[in-house]
Amino acid sequence: MPEQPDFLILKVNDKFVTVARGTTVAAAILMTGAPIRISVTGEPRGPLCGMGICFECRATIDGAPHQRTCQILCAQDMEVHTL
Amino acid sequence: MNEHFDILVVGAGPAGIAAAVSASASGKRVGLVDDNPAPGGQIWRSGTPAGAEARKWLARLDTSSVFRLQGWRVIDHPKHGTLRVESDQDCRDLCYEKLILATGARERFLPFPGWTIPNVMGAGGLDAMVRGGLPIAGKRVVVGGTGPLLLAVAAHLARRGAKIVAVCEQAPLRRFVPFAAYLLREPAKLLQGIDYLTATRGTRFYTGCWPIAATGKEKLESVSLQRSGKNWEVRCDYLACGYHLVPNLELAALVGCRIEDGFVATDDMLQTSVAGVFCAGEPTSIGGVELALLEGKIAGLAAAVGTAAAEKLVSHRRRRLRFVHALRSATALDPQLRKLATETTLVCRCEDVSYGALRKHVSWRDAKLQTRCGMGPCQGRICGAATEFLFGWDSALVESNIRPPIFPAMVSSLGIPDDNQACPGDKNTVADTSTGTPKETR
Repeated sequence: MPEQPDFLILKVNDKFVTVARGTTVAAAILMTGAPIRISVTGEPRGPLCGMGICFECRATIDGAPHQRTCQILCAQDMEVHTL
Repeated sequence: MNEHFDILVVGAGPAGIAAAVSASASGKRVGLVDDNPAPGGQIWRSGTPAGAEARKWLARLDTSSVFRLQGWRVIDHPKHGTLRVESDQDCRDLCYEKLILATGARERFLPFPGWTIPNVMGAGGLDAMVRGGLPIAGKRVVVGGTGPLLLAVAAHLARRGAKIVAVCEQAPLRRFVPFAAYLLREPAKLLQGIDYLTATRGTRFYTGCWPIAATGKEKLESVSLQRSGKNWEVRCDYLACGYHLVPNLELAALVGCRIEDGFVATDDMLQTSVAGVFCAGEPTSIGGVELALLEGKIAGLAAAVGTAAAEKLVSHRRRRLRFVHALRSATALDPQLRKLATETTLVCRCEDVSYGALRKHVSWRDAKLQTRCGMGPCQGRICGAATEFLFGWDSALVESNIRPPIFPAMVSSLGIPDDNQACPGDKNTVADTSTGTPKETR
């Protein structure tokens, strides 16, 4: 396999985060300590199922809302916003 | 854009990979569609050193002629012979002669006070997050719920440097005696069990024990455990709690397959009640990776070259089904778990509907109409299985409750006309996938 850089840098809520290649966006958000979303009655929420079923980890990635961040890998210069 | 396949497999876990690889050996055009970034399903999820079996099958998939659509989710079955799939920004119709459903299973979650606090996750849920890069070294973790997954998760997290504070299995020890007796006849599973126990040496294991509450402000700080009427509190960073598995039946139900006793009904060749539609792996029975591989092989061969080719595997499968029964009786839920939720405990996490609000209703449909339970983005995938246990409602697992799109979809994905004449064979037709702003539909 060709050598790829081991780390990438993305932005979560305008803060730079450095993660290992292969890290999911959900894991990157948790590393910043932020809740991933706020529920309809105002509770902070984080991931539950880790496999794209529960929708608790949805956030906005590069302008696209409602992305299931546990199913998407981080990419260089990605911009993520939680709710 | 449309693609045409002789055989289309949905789900790239062990069952789907085995089905696609086995079917493609016949020279037929085989497609494999999966919503994860990489093949392997949950059990062979990337991020851990893969076992020999996983490496073997993933290598077979790599060298096969199987056409892979990774990162695509099935949202609809607009007509017989066509599935509509969506990626982050695109939508396609996939046409098939024969279909193999290998859609896997999800964890069952039971609501308890505090289960919505961040860092309370499923057992498989936390495991998947760690495989996805979440740092766990030095973190204090309580693992709870029921089933063999708990031990597998505890062992994996311990090897990643987590401090496993406790493993709580809801079933009493005596229920595991027949299960252990079964394992004695299965050297591979026995060795795996010994490996897990080695990895978690020094961890406190409790049976007949479960988390009754989680507390913490912005995130989890501690968990209360209960065993034999005694409660105690432990401080921890994560709670990994799941009550065994429930099959993902939504697509099978949408396609029209008969569901029996919570699973897709099939014959010995894994043919469902719909002609040309096969089902393999967890949607037929929760029986572990060996059974899933075997069912994948049977379904792949039966779909591609006919039932005679799969005949000799049928007796192997019958033997494996004994594990299914052993597992089912070992993980039967304690009725006391119905009392975990209080009036204010949320059951539906999408729409924040409490146990108290649901308790007044007589059926899943009634509750949906009156409270919006199960009507958020997960479409009842989490609360459906919970209300089935809590209230005996026949929730989302009933065919008539399933309507397209089976996952929230972009409006542009719903716009492809149903009478699209591109199937079969006309591969160059480009369907309208004009990019509007992605929008969630309810």
